[in-house]
Amino acid sequence: MQELITRAKELLENGTVARVLGWKAGDLPYNPEPAYFTNAEELKDFVYNGFCGANLSKYMIEASKLEGKTLVCLKPCDTYSFNQLLKEHRVDREKAYIVGVGCKGKLNIEKVKSFGIKGIESVFGAEMTDNADTLTFQTIYGEKTCSYAEAMLERCHVCKGKEHVIYDELIGESKDTKDAERFAEVEKIEAMSPEEKFAFFQKELSKCIRCNACRNVCPACSCRKCVFDSTKFDSAQKANVDSFEEKMFHIIRAFHVAGRCTDCGECSRVCPQGIPLHLFNRKFIKDINELYGEFQAGADAETKGPLTNFTFDDAEPSIVANR
Amino acid sequence: MSIKNEEFRPKIVAFCCNWCSYAGADLAGSSRLAYPADVKIIRVPCSCRVNPMFILRAFEKGADGVILCGCHPGDCHYSTGNYYARRRMTLLFSMLDYIGVENGRTRVEWVSAAEGVKFSQTMNEFVEKIRSLGENVRLGDLRCKN
Ligand code: SF4
Ligand code: SF4
Ligand code: SF4
Ligand code: FES
Repeated sequence: MQELITRAKELLENGTVARVLGWKAGDLPYNPEPAYFTNAEELKDFVYNGFCGANLSKYMIEASKLEGKTLVCLKPCDTYSFNQLLKEHRVDREKAYIVGVGCKGKLNIEKVKSFGIKGIESVFGAEMTDNADTLTFQTIYGEKTCSYAEAMLERCHVCKGKEHVIYDELIGESKDTKDAERFAEVEKIEAMSPEEKFAFFQKELSKCIRCNACRNVCPACSCRKCVFDSTKFDSAQKANVDSFEEKMFHIIRAFHVAGRCTDCGECSRVCPQGIPLHLFNRKFIKDINELYGEFQAGADAETKGPLTNFTFDDAEPSIVANR
Repeated sequence: MSIKNEEFRPKIVAFCCNWCSYAGADLAGSSRLAYPADVKIIRVPCSCRVNPMFILRAFEKGADGVILCGCHPGDCHYSTGNYYARRRMTLLFSMLDYIGVENGRTRVEWVSAAEGVKFSQTMNEFVEKIRSLGENVRLGDLRCKN
């Protein structure tokens, strides 16, 4: 982190960048938040640790309209989102100075709390330099520990790898965190009977409060006008009052990002209701891979997306019924 | 115990593209080929005009089955519209299957302006299929029931 701050100061001072987009400490030891820094003084609050899960690439849409370059800190998975935004002409490459930051897996505070660790006063082991396998918490109930890996976000267990796909420079080390199969959960659902599938999704989706956080945080959701704000189709934001609306919202949300979703995991991370939104995105990704060839959105900024493309001998929709 | 004497008559929504399938439906009509009156046709400029929301909305408003008809691949009036529609519908149908909304309530068929017979056959088959599946309860909206 020190290296990152030193370099940020340098780039601010020599005028390469006009501002830095990173994370600053929050009011609790585990909730840093995205923030801009314009001078050395402000950089005192800069943090980069295991709780910095937020993907900053979407902020570059607005930052691209500002004067001068913005130094943006992107984790390996965030760089896929940046590429996708670049492909969709949402961000300006010239306005970004990308520092690819190392990543050792990001933490999910809800997981930590689910282990019974509450009233947290301070955390040890979440710093980038710590390299710890165990997290230690000072809580109002005394000292508690838990495994770092077990407290990670779902996405880090199926991490795409620690290579940054776009950057100007790299700072910091990474660690391999992948220990699960990306499509395992999807396959489990596919094997269920229609009744079981319906019951499973009904249970998950009925928790949705239509806060739209999953849409708002998504780097692939950058349309100026969104169907979920439209008053014409009564699909605008409000509580889901019916099982149809729950399903409609989730099918359409995932469909609108199909072929463009990089599987960055932000939607599942921010959902206040803990709904596994990645199960929708990954179903589309899996189908696309199987039907139209392996495709990773954001791996580059050029390749045509699978839903804006076709071949003459694509499968017919009846393949679904005959599977 | 109440005994319902009426047989189940499914409501079917058929999106037909203006240039081929709608003309095919017309031909079926003018050739006096029968297809169930339960099929309600909605004319669209091209099969790719139909976005996933159209299909879902049809179910919400009480459809028991939704079918999309367009020009045969290669014959789209706008050259390639139906190729895009084909990918979209394949993914959408697969998603509907994944969340446990009975598979088989949705279908895509390519019907040309000369295929009045195919149009009527397809509709007869589809209505039969939906009749066997029964009423759509999983994607219906209670408030839209009358
Ligand atoms: S998915 Fe990979 S790169 Fe992204 S935060 Fe998790 S461990 Fe880091
Ligand atoms: S973030 Fe969660 S609760 Fe909010 S709209 Fe999305 S799925 Fe629903
Ligand atoms: S749908 Fe979710 S995982 Fe996919 S790009 Fe958007 S936020 Fe990331
Ligand atoms: S015009 Fe008939 S499918 Fe495009």
